[in-house]
Amino acid sequence: MAIFLTAASRVIVQGMTGTEGMKHTTRMLAGGTTVVGGVNPRKAGTTVEFPVGDGTGDTIAIPVYGSVADAVATSGANVSVVFVPPAFTKAAVIEAVDAGVPLVVIITEGVPVKDTAEFFTYAQARGVRLIGPNCPGLISPGKSNVGIIPADIAGAGKIGLVSKSGTLTYQMMYELRDLGFSTAIGIGGDPIIGTTHIDALEAFEADPDTEVIVLIGEIGGDAEERAAAYIAEHVTKPVVGYVAGFTAPEGKTMGHAGAIVSGSSGTAQAKKEALEAAGVKVGNTPSETADLIRAILT
Amino acid sequence: MDLFEYQARDIFEKHGVPVLGGIVASTPEEARAGAQALGGGTVVVKAQVKVGGRGKAGGVKLAHTPDEAAEKASEILGMDIKGHTVHQVMIAAGAKIAQEYYFSVVLDRSERRYLAMASVEGGMEIEQLAVERPDALARVAVDPLVGIDAAKAAEIAAAAGFAPDVAGPIAQVFVKLWDVYKGEDATLVEVNPLVRTEDGSIVALDGKITLDGNADFRHRDHADLEDAASADPLEARAKAKGLNYVKLDGTVGVIGNGAGLVMSTLDVVALAGQLHGGVKPANFLDIGGGASAEVMANGLDIILSDPQVKSVFVNVFGGITACDEVANGIVAALEILGDHATKPLVVRLDGNNVVEGRAILAAAAHPLVTLADTMDGGAAKAAQLANA
Repeated sequence: MAIFLTAASRVIVQGMTGTEGMKHTTRMLAGGTTVVGGVNPRKAGTTVEFPVGDGTGDTIAIPVYGSVADAVATSGANVSVVFVPPAFTKAAVIEAVDAGVPLVVIITEGVPVKDTAEFFTYAQARGVRLIGPNCPGLISPGKSNVGIIPADIAGAGKIGLVSKSGTLTYQMMYELRDLGFSTAIGIGGDPIIGTTHIDALEAFEADPDTEVIVLIGEIGGDAEERAAAYIAEHVTKPVVGYVAGFTAPEGKTMGHAGAIVSGSSGTAQAKKEALEAAGVKVGNTPSETADLIRAILT
Repeated sequence: MDLFEYQARDIFEKHGVPVLGGIVASTPEEARAGAQALGGGTVVVKAQVKVGGRGKAGGVKLAHTPDEAAEKASEILGMDIKGHTVHQVMIAAGAKIAQEYYFSVVLDRSERRYLAMASVEGGMEIEQLAVERPDALARVAVDPLVGIDAAKAAEIAAAAGFAPDVAGPIAQVFVKLWDVYKGEDATLVEVNPLVRTEDGSIVALDGKITLDGNADFRHRDHADLEDAASADPLEARAKAKGLNYVKLDGTVGVIGNGAGLVMSTLDVVALAGQLHGGVKPANFLDIGGGASAEVMANGLDIILSDPQVKSVFVNVFGGITACDEVANGIVAALEILGDHATKPLVVRLDGNNVVEGRAILAAAAHPLVTLADTMDGGAAKAAQLANA
C-alpha cells in the first residue's frame, strides 16, 4: 500500500525537457519510478535517453508527447508531475486535469495564488487530486518517487510523514532512516495547496502499511489547527507533531509564500497547543520529534 | 506586499472605484501645494503607514486651509506609529459622510477560494466588529472561477443588509473592487470605511491592498510600489542578490537550505540560546536548493555585514544539493571574503555526499570554521560562541 503513490503509478513529466525536468526525471528513474513519458508540444514524437540508474550505464528512451492527452492515451499514465515555470503552471495543470490524470503533483515554486485558486477549483470539480504547488512531491520508498525528494535518504517502513516543507521532510526522514516510511509527502508551503494535512491524515489512517504518523507544520494559516481537530475526531493511529517558526516575527514572510504570522494568527505556539490539545505529542526540535516516533515504534 | 493608502487609492481610481482626490506629500510644502490643488478647502492630512490605529495615534488630522494642512503635515511627518516612522502623508479631499460601511475580499486559505466580507457598520476595526458584532458582518464565499459578478455582488449586499436604495450602487462598487482584486493579483482588498456621502454617492475613503509577489512577472508596474525608504538595508541588499533574508534582532547568524529547515534552525538556535545567556538568531537566510560558492559567498557576506552577528551557524541538509558542493562553496566564500570574514562559523552538513563535504572542510582547516555532527550540536556550539 502506501498513500497516493504506489508501484502501479505510471508517471508523466510536464516540463521534462527543461533543466529541472531533465535532472529530476533522471533521479526519479534512478529511484525506481515508472516514468512513461514527458510532454512538450515542440518535441512531440522524439525520445530522451536517461540512465536506468542501476550503475550499468544502460539507458532507457522516454518518449515525448505533444500533449498530456496523447501521453495518457498512449502510455496509460495515471500521475503527472509538473516542472513548468510559474507563468505556465496553470495551463499545464488544467491540461492534465482535462486529460483525466487523477493525480497531479506540482513542484513549481512561485505560482501566483490566483492561478492556484483557479486550477484547484477546476480540479476539485473534476475529482482530480493535486499535490502542491511549491512542494517537493512524495515518495513511497521502494515503490515510486514523484518530485524531488532524494530516494536514498530512507527506505520503506511504517511511518507516514506529511509536511509543508521539503528540507524538513528530508531532515526528518534522515533522523528516522533506520525505521523507514510508508509514504512521505511534502504538501507545499503556499497559501493554497491541493492536498492538505487533513487529506494526508485521512489517507494514512486508512493505509494498512502506516502505523504511526509524523505531521510537520509551520507558521501561517490554520491548517495545523484544523488538522488537530481532525485528529481528535478521526485518527486512531498515533500522531507525532513538529511545528517550525517559533522565532518568526509578525508580518514577515519566511521563505514560503504561506509562512507568515498575521497579527496573532498563524503562530507556531497556537499550532503546537492545538495539536497537544488533540493528544498529539509535539517535539521542540526535529531530533526530539524523531525520538517521540522512535519511542512509539520500538 | 502591503501597499500604502495612497497607492491603494490610485489603484482604485485606475479600476473605476469611486475615490476622492488624494495627493501624497513628504514635506509640509508639498502638503500645502496638495491642499491648494484640491481646491484650497477642508482636507484631511493622513499619515501613510502600513499599520492600523493611526487615527488614535494622532496620525489623521483635519485642516481647513492649505497653511493649516502644511502645519498638520509637519506635526505628522516623522511621527512614530507603532514602530513605523511616517515618511509621507496623504492630503485627502474632505467628504460629508452620511454612513460608513465595510467591505473586503480575502484569500480563504482553508476553503481554498475567496471570501468577501461586508457590513453596514463600518469605521471600526474589523477584528473588533467580527468579535463584538459577528452578525453584522456578512461573510460570502467567492468561487475563484466566477469571481464577484453582478449576481454575487447583489448577494453580498443583501447578506450584509444594505437598504434597497443603497444595495444597487454599492453592488456596482463591489464588482469594481473585485476588478482590483483579480486584475492586480491582490490577496487582500479592504475598504474601511466605504461611505455613502450626504449627496448619496458611494466612495472608498480608505483602502488596503496586499499584492501577491508571485504575480510580479505579469505586473511590471508593481515594482514601483516597493517602499525602498523603510526597507531594512540588509534585507534590500539580500533581495538585490536574490536571497531570501529576514533580519531579526539576535546575534547568531543563520544560513540554511529550504524555508522549513531554516525556520526550524532559528527555533533550535533560540532553544540552545536559553543555556547560553539567552542568545537568539540574527536572521533568516534560505539559500535554496543549489548552494553554489557564489550564493554561499553572497549569503555569508550579508550575514557578516550585520554588526550584531557574533557567530554563524550554517545548517545544510543535502537533499538535491550535494554536501561536497556546499563545502566547496563555504571554502570559496571564505576565500572571496578574505579579511571580511571575522566571525566564527559552525557548519553542520548531512545528507547527500556528506562524507566528502566534511572531508573538504576538514582539509581546508579554516581557523574560523568548526564542524558539527548534528543540528542540535551545531546550534549549541554557535550559541555558545555568540555568548563568549
